[in-house]
Amino acid sequence: MVTTAHETGRAAAHAGPTAGDRTAAERARAAAAAVADPELPMLTLADLGILRGVDLDRDGTVQVWITPTYSGCPALAEMRADVDRAVRSAGFDRVRVRMALSPAWTTDWITEEGRAKLAEHGISPPGRAPRRAPGPVPLTLLPTRTAPRCPLCGAADTEELSRFGATSCKSLHRCRSCLEPFEHVKEI
Amino acid sequence: MSGDDHIYSVLGQEHGGDDRWAFGTGFTDALAGVDTTLPEGVDGDDLALYCQMLGDDALVQAQRLVHWVTDAPELEEEVALANIALDLLGQARLLLSRAGQADGTGRDEDGFAYGRGPAEFRNVHLAEAPRGDFARAVATLLVLSTARLAVFTRLVESADPVLSAIAAKAVNELAYHREYAVSWTLRLGDGTPYSHERMAAAVADVWPLTGELFAAHPVEARLAAQGAGVDPSALADEVHGVLAQVLTTATLAAPAPFPEPAVAGRDGRHTPDLAPLLDELQRVAREHPEATW
Repeated sequence: MVTTAHETGRAAAHAGPTAGDRTAAERARAAAAAVADPELPMLTLADLGILRGVDLDRDGTVQVWITPTYSGCPALAEMRADVDRAVRSAGFDRVRVRMALSPAWTTDWITEEGRAKLAEHGISPPGRAPRRAPGPVPLTLLPTRTAPRCPLCGAADTEELSRFGATSCKSLHRCRSCLEPFEHVKEI
Repeated sequence: MSGDDHIYSVLGQEHGGDDRWAFGTGFTDALAGVDTTLPEGVDGDDLALYCQMLGDDALVQAQRLVHWVTDAPELEEEVALANIALDLLGQARLLLSRAGQADGTGRDEDGFAYGRGPAEFRNVHLAEAPRGDFARAVATLLVLSTARLAVFTRLVESADPVLSAIAAKAVNELAYHREYAVSWTLRLGDGTPYSHERMAAAVADVWPLTGELFAAHPVEARLAAQGAGVDPSALADEVHGVLAQVLTTATLAAPAPFPEPAVAGRDGRHTPDLAPLLDELQRVAREHPEATW
């Protein structure tokens, strides 16, 4: 379950919701949170950390805020449609899926549970996202990223094949120990 | 439900009132539900033109980059360049959507991407220049990503919250683009004598086009004064310093100063290379304006 400052603020703004409202809001939130990511279907939108808020208005409209992983994420339209469908299936007729651009998503938003699911499915989860101080992004001339551990055999001796993989969020690697290729969700 | 079922089940459904299978699958609403109020003291028409400048740089460069798909030296590089193009396309979508809100016309991103002729595009010439060989693509990406990263790092502080949010997201992506271009510049420049020669030639080819990146168009200067934009002329030293560090580490000659900055593409004045690129980009949308799939 995703809880954001935004949501808390919203909930507080409601003047004393009844127990029924609360239950309905929770139902809407659970429906949106359980939607699977189209490109990493082992993760829910909540696991991925892109669900930014779910709110049940007084008039019964469910508003859902999601944030893109990458600016060009081609799965975003699909996610919006999936969220819309899931919340409607949970019994709500009026649904608005909205974009939240700020703060920008980073891989640090992926939950612990999401990381465990990635590893379970043979995808190496991201390490900590790069911390950027304000001001110019420092130039790196040498590889500074630590090689991810092989999610299949656990060996540390792996090599990067390509920093860009089959989807925006993944890079391609190979394990020098078990020789299997694997994908890594890259830190951003 | 398995992943594949999940993806394909959606394709078989009726479109209904949902426009996501129109051009670009619902790409008409990149800023759905975002608060688009103009901040005080920021001129809407200027902001719209500025968003087109930044958006067109990305859109046109993305279109050039996709020419590498099926044609890159290795599959991994093809995937990398396509991913970079996709990031840039995403940035363009957000920026062009913002443009249509800022000028009050409500024109959507498709309206900007498909509905304008070459004289209405505001990208710099380096973005539209012919793709050339792989070294040339690397050199172009090195210069454009370094300059764009410098601009967007500062745009995070823009008085326009939408532009600020777009920039905050883009900075992380552009850092990866620059890193990719740097790694190939080093590999080719400091590789074999032949790769060195090709990389040096590529840098020499793109260099005459670099001056324009640091020429402040009046719109850029005004928006910088309003706190919403960035004056690119203030970034020349920083960008030159980064490029010099990369090129010399790659054992290439230290770069000459940037050529004299002069506005051209930002005013809609382009090389003959842009029209055929746009023809390719826009043809299907223009021939079948109501098409959905």
